[in-house]
Amino acid sequence: MTTQTSLSTQPSSSNGHPLLEVQGLTKEFGGLKAVNNFDISIYPGELVGLIGPNGAGKTTVFNLITGIYVATRGSIRFKGNQLVGLQPHEITRMGIARTFQNIRLFPTLTVLDNVRIAYHTHAGYSTFDAIVHNRHYQKAEKELTEKAQEFLSVFNLHTRQGEIAKNLPYGEQRRLEIARALAASPQLLLLDEPAAGMNPKEVVSLMDLIHFIRERFNLTILLIEHQMRVVMGICERITVMDFGEVIARGTPEEIQNNEKVIEAYLGRGAAALSQKLQEKRSHVAGS
Amino acid sequence: MNDEQLTVLQRMIKGKWIGKGFLALLALAIIWWVGGKAIQSPSLFFQQIINGIQLGFVYALIALGYTMVYGIVRLINFAHGDVFMFGAFVSFFAVSLFQLHLWPVQTFPSLPPLIGIVIGTLSVIALSMVSCAILAMTIERIAYKPLRDAPRISALITAIGVSFFLEYFGALPFVFTPNFITYKRPFEIVTWYVKDGIHRLEAGAEAPPGSVIFSNVLIIIILVSILLLVGLNYVVRRTKIGKAMRATAYDKPTSRLMGINVDGVISTTFAIGASLAGAAGVLYATAYPQVVFWMGIIPGLKAFVAAVLGGIGSIPGAFVGALIMGQAEVISAGYISTPMRDAVAFTILILVLLIRPTGIFGEPEREKA
Amino acid sequence: MKIDRQTLGFWIVLLGLIILVQVLVSLGILSPFWETLLKIGAVMSIVSLGLNLIYGFNGQFSLGQWGFYAIGAYAAADVTYRWTQMKNASGLMILLLVVLLVGVALYLVARLVSRLRGLDPLSAFALYIIGVLIAAYIGVQLGSLLINPVTQALSALPPNLSLQIVYLLAVLLGGFLAAEVSYLFGLPVLTLGSDYFGIATLGFTIIVKVLLDNSDTLLGFEEMKGARGMVGIPKVTSWLWVALFLVLVIIMLRNLLHSSHGRAIISVREDEIAAKAMGIDVGQQKTFAFVLGSFLAGLAGGLYAHINGFLHPNTFNFIKSFDPMIIVVFGGLGSISGTIMAAFTWALVLEGFLRILLPAGFETWRFVVYPLFLLVMMLLRPQGLFGGFEFPYLRQVLPKPYTPKTQEQLSLVHAVEEAPEGD
Repeated sequence: MTTQTSLSTQPSSSNGHPLLEVQGLTKEFGGLKAVNNFDISIYPGELVGLIGPNGAGKTTVFNLITGIYVATRGSIRFKGNQLVGLQPHEITRMGIARTFQNIRLFPTLTVLDNVRIAYHTHAGYSTFDAIVHNRHYQKAEKELTEKAQEFLSVFNLHTRQGEIAKNLPYGEQRRLEIARALAASPQLLLLDEPAAGMNPKEVVSLMDLIHFIRERFNLTILLIEHQMRVVMGICERITVMDFGEVIARGTPEEIQNNEKVIEAYLGRGAAALSQKLQEKRSHVAGS
Repeated sequence: MNDEQLTVLQRMIKGKWIGKGFLALLALAIIWWVGGKAIQSPSLFFQQIINGIQLGFVYALIALGYTMVYGIVRLINFAHGDVFMFGAFVSFFAVSLFQLHLWPVQTFPSLPPLIGIVIGTLSVIALSMVSCAILAMTIERIAYKPLRDAPRISALITAIGVSFFLEYFGALPFVFTPNFITYKRPFEIVTWYVKDGIHRLEAGAEAPPGSVIFSNVLIIIILVSILLLVGLNYVVRRTKIGKAMRATAYDKPTSRLMGINVDGVISTTFAIGASLAGAAGVLYATAYPQVVFWMGIIPGLKAFVAAVLGGIGSIPGAFVGALIMGQAEVISAGYISTPMRDAVAFTILILVLLIRPTGIFGEPEREKA
Repeated sequence: MKIDRQTLGFWIVLLGLIILVQVLVSLGILSPFWETLLKIGAVMSIVSLGLNLIYGFNGQFSLGQWGFYAIGAYAAADVTYRWTQMKNASGLMILLLVVLLVGVALYLVARLVSRLRGLDPLSAFALYIIGVLIAAYIGVQLGSLLINPVTQALSALPPNLSLQIVYLLAVLLGGFLAAEVSYLFGLPVLTLGSDYFGIATLGFTIIVKVLLDNSDTLLGFEEMKGARGMVGIPKVTSWLWVALFLVLVIIMLRNLLHSSHGRAIISVREDEIAAKAMGIDVGQQKTFAFVLGSFLAGLAGGLYAHINGFLHPNTFNFIKSFDPMIIVVFGGLGSISGTIMAAFTWALVLEGFLRILLPAGFETWRFVVYPLFLLVMMLLRPQGLFGGFEFPYLRQVLPKPYTPKTQEQLSLVHAVEEAPEGD
């Protein structure tokens, strides 16, 4: 079963209840267990990382939390409310927004419309208002648009508002996706490999950006990442998955030295080698 | 949550009992209706079943083409029904203009007549199959291949366009003409009736009341269909091209990387599917001896429904679905009202999609990328 | 309200064209043949706009539009037929009450189903069917009671006025009936994938056609005369009526699509999963678009029924159900202007010029050339003849560029963009 390196690494802000509490989450696809008995608790204000090798089941966990898949077993509680069995849009409206591993913008719509769609639930006018084009519609639509533009400006995309989303360069598409997720006004933001396909320079700026939006929008963030550097650099706590199960949890330092994690990432031989190296080093240091 | 804690209402919801009750009532009503008629006249009922089998096998041959093509390129090949029509017309011309079915008897007069007729009929079917295969490969090359990477809907609209073209080109006065044409069978029809044993029914004679009639058309349809199905099964399961087809259906880019000629495989799939439809065209025309340019539309749609019913992409599914469709059609035509059979077919489709959206043999949920 | 010059120009041209046609018709310059074609062009515009909403904007490949068109046509025709031929308001009152009560029933069952969380689709569907059947039965009974008083009240009006009132109500009720049927039909099938949905809607069209073929025997509407065709429907649809409806439909669709709700509808086409993740209730948006689109089909059907005064089930053959689809594709998916232009072109060229220009024997060649044209079009210009083009009034206008209020944001983003090389 799962070995938990350190359960004592609860964050300082954990005096309240967890914002998100996942227990015993299991998802089977026709006999194959994509996620097995997965647990995680995230407290308000935290920035938690979820890592693991390819096919470990990280994205499936996201899909389960956001309701795209229905869990076979287990519970997901957000602010104390059960999420299992709810529709994705209901979950989003409760305050969870996400980005996708392979960017899913609304490709042929403008940058502005991408963000405005995420703001739809807060539009504040009815379909009837829209069809008769009354004053109420005009006022609400104007407010909504300004709000959307504000979100764009945070990501320096406001000069691009009329552009078709799919024509944006890759890095801007990633930023737009985050801006869009924020426009859904979440308390918990799920980022699925935000640094995928970025060069080291872009990764650094992305890390700054994540820090910034967390402060600015008062967010709790759960982050899937493949690149150790990103996770180690910004996450306060990390959960490691392999073959659908949690194999380790802890602070970045603890994870870095965890045998199981190294094994999962590099294979058994490499893990043994690294252990030898460490022993050697400690031997050298000791003598 | 324990079961004891649930209220009656919650249990009804959890067990989907409202829907199940609704279906049970519906099924009961149908059984009551059809069963009552069947008891009134069992021979008529068996007659319907036999007609249904005959129709079902023809649908199976068409449905296989739909299911194979859909499985591999995710395209509802609307023109498939018109390929079927083309097959029927090829055999019509082969038989009535060129007397192709007579060649064994003419070349080898010493041949026993039965064998001569069998070989003649099979060669007519083979000619239709080859012509349809060529037609389908041409269509695929000209109309579908350039759209392989376009949105799926463009290909679907193109398929509709191809279907219209084949129909209305066929309707031109110097092609197939817009009229019904009486089909000349490649063999003489022989009928038997079953009542206290099997008796030969002489031409022009009436079968005694309460008997079930069948003819050599039924036997030929069943034999040829089974032969083709076994052959198809062999090709798909045992040969290299079959493996390549299954691989391509599963994952096109990877198959390409594995050195499979994906375009060739797709083209072959179209050819195989079309040749089955060609055979079906000949069999259908011998069973219902009339040909007309729009004859492929309704059987094509029914066969597509059969493929969906069985679970699209699944070969056994297409077969089972087609047999069910055949039965449903003759029973609704016989016991409700003839024109309603098309409506019944689609009602069944909608019900099946409601209860089991992937069809009878459809794949279960698979993880999306 | 401010109106910019381009919008004003659009309206002047549009209204000018409508009035011009009316003047030409009144002066007898435009023959009835061409007048009918223009009316059919407008009717096809409405059907196709409905389909464009379902398919072009919402992304649901529907071949059922023609079935809803048929429902609207026959329902409206039956109402006016009974009024003019049988001299009573039985059609009107029964249809009115059935539509009203079924609407109420659908609303109540929908609330019940949303209360009962986790109800499977089949059970929900069964509840809807039961509710609708009960409501329809009560509707027929109540409607029958009201026939006599309403007939007397309407007969007191001048005959032409009463006919126009009955006609207008009939057309609207035809639309509402189609919308209700589409809601009921959409419940089970809208959750299906795009291809399955397409084939299920095609099935719907075929079922409607078969029912119409047997309308006198199976359904019991003797005046519809089944496969022989319904005759004796008053020819009330004038050019001004269709033009009015078309203009209203254009305004409604334009306003809807330029709103937040419209964007929600479009987001479903763009990426369903992303839309869900942004809090859009995808199922609701699909139902809305499908029901509204079908309403337009039913409305257009009612208008169509009163153009020739003659309806035949073959008009609603599923082969013809591809016509609106082809118009939408030609005009460009998600383009209102394109759809309208394609619809008029379709009516005037295919039904008009080609019929006149080609010699008699070449009648059938039309349908050989037409799919060829379609094929070439799909290969060379799959985005439609007009692509995403829109006339000024229908075009999305971008809001004024935004200037950030605080320097804080900008400075951060600049820092992000000019991050130092490496660590």
